[in-house]
Amino acid sequence: MWSAELSLALALTIPAVGGVFVALLGNKPNLREGATLVSAVLLAINVAYLVEIAPSEPTLVLANIAPGLQLTFKLEPLGAIFAAVASGLWIVNSLYSIGYMRGNNEKNQTRFYVCFCIAIASAMGVALSGNLLTMFLFYEVLSLSTYPLVTHKGDENAKRGGKIYLTILMGTSIGLFLPAVIATHFLAGSTDFVAGGLLALNDVQPMIAGILLIMFAFGIGKAALMPMHPWLPNAMVAPTPVSALLHAVAVVKAGVFSILKVGTYIFGPALIAAAPSSEPLAWIAAISIVLASVVAITKDNLKARLAFSTVSQLSYVTLGVMLASPLAMLGAALQIIMHAWGKITLFMSAGAIYTATKKTEISQMRGLGKYMPWLFGAYTVGALSIIGLPPLGGSWPKLFLMQGAWDAGQAIMIVALVASSILNVAYLLPLSARGFFAPADEAKLKKQPPALVILPPVITAAGVIVLFFLIGPIRDYLEPVFMPLASAGAL
Amino acid sequence: MDFLVNLLPSGLAHHAPALVIVIPLVAAAVAALMPNGRLGWIVAMVTASLVAFFSLVVLGLVLSDGLISYHMGGWEPPYGIELRVDALNAVVLALVGVMGLLCVIFALPSVGDEIEEGKQALFYSAFLVALAGLLGVTITGDAFNVFVFLEISSISTYTIIAMGAGKDRRALTASYNYLILGTIGATFFVIGVGFLYMATGSLNMADIGQILQEQGYNRVTQAAFAFIVVGLGLKAAMFPLHVWLPNAYAFAPNFVTAFLASTATKVAFYALIRFLFSVFHPDVAFVELSFTWVFAAVGVIAMMVASSQAIFQTDARRLLAYSSVAQVGYMMLGLGMGTAAGLSAGILHLINHAIMKGALFMALGAFALHFGVRQIRDLNGLGRTMPASAGAFTIAGLSLVGVPLTIGFTSKWYLITAALERGWWWAVAALIISSLMALAYVARMLSAIWMESPPEHHGAKPAARHAFYMVLVPMGILAFANLYFFFHADVLVGLAEAAANAVTGGH
Repeated sequence: MWSAELSLALALTIPAVGGVFVALLGNKPNLREGATLVSAVLLAINVAYLVEIAPSEPTLVLANIAPGLQLTFKLEPLGAIFAAVASGLWIVNSLYSIGYMRGNNEKNQTRFYVCFCIAIASAMGVALSGNLLTMFLFYEVLSLSTYPLVTHKGDENAKRGGKIYLTILMGTSIGLFLPAVIATHFLAGSTDFVAGGLLALNDVQPMIAGILLIMFAFGIGKAALMPMHPWLPNAMVAPTPVSALLHAVAVVKAGVFSILKVGTYIFGPALIAAAPSSEPLAWIAAISIVLASVVAITKDNLKARLAFSTVSQLSYVTLGVMLASPLAMLGAALQIIMHAWGKITLFMSAGAIYTATKKTEISQMRGLGKYMPWLFGAYTVGALSIIGLPPLGGSWPKLFLMQGAWDAGQAIMIVALVASSILNVAYLLPLSARGFFAPADEAKLKKQPPALVILPPVITAAGVIVLFFLIGPIRDYLEPVFMPLASAGAL
Repeated sequence: MDFLVNLLPSGLAHHAPALVIVIPLVAAAVAALMPNGRLGWIVAMVTASLVAFFSLVVLGLVLSDGLISYHMGGWEPPYGIELRVDALNAVVLALVGVMGLLCVIFALPSVGDEIEEGKQALFYSAFLVALAGLLGVTITGDAFNVFVFLEISSISTYTIIAMGAGKDRRALTASYNYLILGTIGATFFVIGVGFLYMATGSLNMADIGQILQEQGYNRVTQAAFAFIVVGLGLKAAMFPLHVWLPNAYAFAPNFVTAFLASTATKVAFYALIRFLFSVFHPDVAFVELSFTWVFAAVGVIAMMVASSQAIFQTDARRLLAYSSVAQVGYMMLGLGMGTAAGLSAGILHLINHAIMKGALFMALGAFALHFGVRQIRDLNGLGRTMPASAGAFTIAGLSLVGVPLTIGFTSKWYLITAALERGWWWAVAALIISSLMALAYVARMLSAIWMESPPEHHGAKPAARHAFYMVLVPMGILAFANLYFFFHADVLVGLAEAAANAVTGGH
């Protein structure tokens, strides 16, 4: 009865059906939130099973749409890990959403939770996709389903942000991603994800592969490689749970995950290394890393600062893919996991501060740490993980990326990574310092935020510590994806 | 479709090609005699159902048995008139039949609202003549017959466009404009046919093709080619001969716009393909040159210019009309590739475009019916007041952009693949840029529908309206088809490939 195929189908249907229940239970808020939580837990259990069976690479054909065109799911370790991150954090984030949305008396909560379910379902679709066509389809559904979430407030500001959001994401995907997909189909006769790289197996010339690589790198706008990044800061008009799960985890990680998956299974590391455009793209990623960090320092609005920090951190993944050495790509995969846990902690902290005090600017947040020690503690742990200090999960991707850059003969990229860490300190830690050590502006806090907005960031902060020690199993799990192609001397 | 054929006694199925045009012609006379609009509609409805049925029978027969040659009055071709149906025109015939039926369902509430009661029966009569004309152009194998049916459909079309005058008197000038240009086009076409007759002494299209292959081409046939391309290009709204179209679509009754947008230009485009491939031969130097330097070129220009014009329109139907001109450009580009893959992608887009535009114009018709919507700013807040129609509009609009899960995506996929096979990178770029412009103009309408709040009258928000079932059903079918044929793209792709192979032989 229970089979791998069923489990693959369930990964898509659980959140979708959950969305239907949320819609039906719209006027009973407690049951409605119950539906969200139940689907989140069921999905996480299902995905845990998928993680377990991923090495056997089961496939599921969703639809035969025309000769040579199929919608398929194919499970493999990278997708399983991304699905695990997104579904695991969905549970935590659902708890947080309940606290936040009720604490701030947001309107249209049913629409909010329904769109959230669809977004998670499409993130699962991207994670499990077995070919480029399927990936593109769910990628677009993800853009469209998150649009109502971005414009949730409905005021002029939200509409403007939503317009930029949709214009850039749809524009890049239709303008560059789609033609790249069709060109891949034309060159290789299929768009399947194949170990070793579809295009490499079809002996596509490095020059043409280079052009395609550029189209993918910029066409996958969700990866926010500069100059395609402005949608991300503009998406911050959304309620904070959206920024936390979607714009730190599901949406942006769907972007960099797509780049990683395309790099691994469509091009293959050897072809990326041979393509003339990979080095310029690595430089663009490095510039994005440093430049976005510098911009982040100038932002006083906490969410805007975190958004630019995300732009910077996402380019780590793009950089890792473009370096194309096994360790760099492993580092890119690890960054997807580690950054997700760290950044969601920071966003949930920002939202908790807002719920408690309605403050959005860092300069106003003096002395709040004394009233919310757990929250500021969680924030600090998340920040230190992003900076890359052990014993926190965020230190591993940096280490692997640096080693990978060395292996790829691009030692100069290590400088960008170190510079980024220093800049991270400069823009993330002032809030902790201010919170804990500066005297408070006001006598006391108006009200303590609900426990449901404090607890989730504490959980994820704890997760960041645990992930540091889980590196062994995670590495063993992911290594077969990158290592069969490794050159003899790699670590 | 065999089960449809089996429903009929074999003798009747054999006559299906003739019945497809005879039924609406006779019914037009009956409709004119009806005392009121409702009876007129019933006649139109019965006729359209029969036409849709017989057109599907013809398609079924062609797909199972191959070419049908029906001799009118028993006279042997090339002396008598031949109805000649291969996969290409069978597909177009079925498209016109089915779209005609869906539009007629939609007509009951829409025409009831827009045309004054006393003229409704006559309106349906003129519509049936137009339908017969379009079907006739599609099914006939005789070049002069094409002209006759083209004029039959055109003249009745001028009439039904002008009937929009009840709502907006600019419909009269729009119709007059179309009349002048349409007549010029028809004249060009008949001159071309005359030249061909001079050169070959035959009017049967297959026969002309044969004779031209044997005796070769000369200046007269080249001139004929030019006249015919211009004449049919005008009817097909080929850039820059499209100037009649935006106003005609914007001011005609909503039902007429929905019907014309999903059938009329498609039929003219079919006739163009027929002349290029069956009468003239695509391997002949001047025909081959025209693919790249006329059709592909004007196709790309239309995609660029008309799409950018669409972005800046304020009238909703005018916007979609410019979009139609651009979409005809996609088909011309597919045709201009001169390959079987290109032509089949063009035909696929022809079918898909009919489905999308049908749904879009019907949704606009529903909006007009309840809220008098004409301008884009009138669309504000319709997502809340008419959610079902707005949903259908959204699906079809996304299809127009080419978002996955819709048939628009399938069209783009095959067009771009065909362009890549041909090695035309510039055509790929043009398709992409035009899609982005489509995104811009569709987003304008969708953001008005979903993001703006409905206008308030005296401080009260307008109540939500339930669209009539007669609107919801055909619109829902078309919106659903936009999604369904994404997952079952092989159905339409198969038809388009069969159609293209019928005239190219698969090369």
